[in-house]
Amino acid sequence: MLDYITSYLSSNTTPGQAGNVFWAFVYIMIVFGGISVAVMAMNWLERKALAHFQIRLGPMRVGPHGLLQPIADAIKLMTKEDIIPAEADKFVFWIAPLIILCASFAVYIVVPFGPTHAITDLNIGILFMLGVSSLSVLGIVMAGWASNSHYPLIGALRSSAQMVSYEVAMGMAVVSAVLMTSLHGLGPYGVGVGTSGTGTLSMIGIVQAQQEQHVWFLFKFFPLGFIAFGIFAIAMVAETNRAPFDLPEAESELTAGFHTEYSGLRWSLFMLGEYAAMIAVSSIAVTLWLGGWYRPFPNALTGETWDLVFSLFPGLTFLGLAVIALVGVRRMPKHPYFRVQTIGLAGFGAVLAFIGLILFVPPVRDRIQDIFWFVAKVGGFMYLYIWYRATFPRYRFDQLMKVGWKVLLPIGIGVLILTAVLGVVL
Amino acid sequence: MQPVATTFFFYFLSGLTLVSGVFVITRKNPVHSALALIFGLLAQAGLYLMLYAPFVAGVQIILYAGGIMVLFLFVIMLVNLERSRREEQFNNQWVIGLLAAVALGVLFVIVYVKGKALFPYRIAQPIENSNTQQIGVMLYGQYMFAFEIASLLLLVAIIGAVVMAKKRI
Amino acid sequence: MAPIGTLHYLVVAAALFILGVIGVLTRRNVVVILMSIELILNAVNLNLVAFSRLWGLHGQVFAIFVITDAAAEAAVGLGILIAFFRNKETVNVDEVDLLKW
Repeated sequence: MLDYITSYLSSNTTPGQAGNVFWAFVYIMIVFGGISVAVMAMNWLERKALAHFQIRLGPMRVGPHGLLQPIADAIKLMTKEDIIPAEADKFVFWIAPLIILCASFAVYIVVPFGPTHAITDLNIGILFMLGVSSLSVLGIVMAGWASNSHYPLIGALRSSAQMVSYEVAMGMAVVSAVLMTSLHGLGPYGVGVGTSGTGTLSMIGIVQAQQEQHVWFLFKFFPLGFIAFGIFAIAMVAETNRAPFDLPEAESELTAGFHTEYSGLRWSLFMLGEYAAMIAVSSIAVTLWLGGWYRPFPNALTGETWDLVFSLFPGLTFLGLAVIALVGVRRMPKHPYFRVQTIGLAGFGAVLAFIGLILFVPPVRDRIQDIFWFVAKVGGFMYLYIWYRATFPRYRFDQLMKVGWKVLLPIGIGVLILTAVLGVVL
Repeated sequence: MQPVATTFFFYFLSGLTLVSGVFVITRKNPVHSALALIFGLLAQAGLYLMLYAPFVAGVQIILYAGGIMVLFLFVIMLVNLERSRREEQFNNQWVIGLLAAVALGVLFVIVYVKGKALFPYRIAQPIENSNTQQIGVMLYGQYMFAFEIASLLLLVAIIGAVVMAKKRI
Repeated sequence: MAPIGTLHYLVVAAALFILGVIGVLTRRNVVVILMSIELILNAVNLNLVAFSRLWGLHGQVFAIFVITDAAAEAAVGLGILIAFFRNKETVNVDEVDLLKW
């Protein structure tokens, strides 16, 4: 029994490939906990960043600088009354948020945080991710239908029509990225015969193909990779019903759309599913176009010193955050009412500094590299999501469908054909 | 990659498929039937994975559970009559239908009992890593004509569905 | 128990097929009849993939084509249903009797 557990530690694969159920379970728990914490942090970041975009401060009261606001929100949502509309179909009403949640979380089985840091590495990784993330459409349709009222029904129909349309454009962009994994040459335009060029659908294989071809697929066949990435970036925002494509859940238009009749904990399940889906599709974008877990310039700037320089980044990031927290402590008002908040913020800064110092220790430094770069890139995408929400006005529904079918899909097909032609010719 | 707990997963997944099949044909509310069918399709994707067919499993999840069932749910919501008109479930000739299905079942049992020696118990293990590549080679090589005909069929289906569901032709 | 062989999958496929046939022949709601047809197609697919494990990948390619055809047929069938529903306001298959004598 004990050597069943320890035999995995010496192997060099993901738990799914090693067939080790115990470690697969441990990894699933770690990912599940990590995503939940990330969703709470994302909630806080969204409110603060939106507020700063709009030249106001956001939540400042609940913890120091609103750091305990997500916890307060969670407690509020858990203690609200659970209202089910009259004559609503109870079973479907209950199961709709669960379907969205399960579909959003099941995607994380194949998300690669490192060369062996994934729960498993399916042979059909990207196909599985696209398929399972399209199951959340079913949950939305059922949520709208089960609420037995016309605002949610219209919101659900619009939302599912939008998601289905943008899935097609996403598929085209993903196929052109997968095409690039089967190319031979090195560098952006593929000169020479550098790699073996076996195409693959597995997520870890796609990232390793980018490393073998010495280029991020973002810059491959420039501008084709860039356009494909742009199509995917627009489609993924529409896929997760976020601004500027959030007509189905916009408050001024449809009174919160398909989750109007959901209150309390059920609504928080919808939000959890939505944020988890956002992080999931950002992970797809990072894996396919941005080089996954590799640090910047793994082939151009090689050698011991460059490895050392780039491996200092995780610790430096946390130390930088600690410095910001301590600056915030300095700027707190010196009134006795703020004493608790000042102490709390100083403690938070101390925790961040401590984590930063731990990340400088060499054994931890080597292991945390892949995970840090992956999470940093996905974090950049999360900031982009918030930035879009603060900046862009909302699309009207017919404009939204027009963009999905008449603009993104032809461009996607064009990029696919050109990528295939260039791949054969070069 | 060695399989883990094959027997348990087979009985679990096939039990889930059959139970959801029973729910599809016996629920009054068509939305419940659609929900049961979704679970059955996902369980069947698991069965395909056990049969070393990951690409077919992925296609099943994307197309069947994520595409066709969305279509079904849309149409159920569009033709949903007022709830009070809950008519009976089974149509006028249900006895004859049931007898025909039972006769078919008896036929299947006879075929299996008599032909059991013909089904080899070989549990072949094809290479899993290149399943997609091999299917791709076959689709674009040997079955190219069928592939093009399938795309034409889908075009005809799209045009037909749009024309039939329009208000005025 | 015996190791899971091909016959186990064939029995499951046969049971699904019979369930689908019962659904087609006895239900009154047209949408449920169409869903039972999807059950039948799934049973056939399971059969094809189970046999393809023994005799090469042709079964899986055929299964992919069957799924594609099922999508096309579901779309057209539901289009017919919508067109019929617009005329007669019912999804009851017993009332589809305009051509009866």
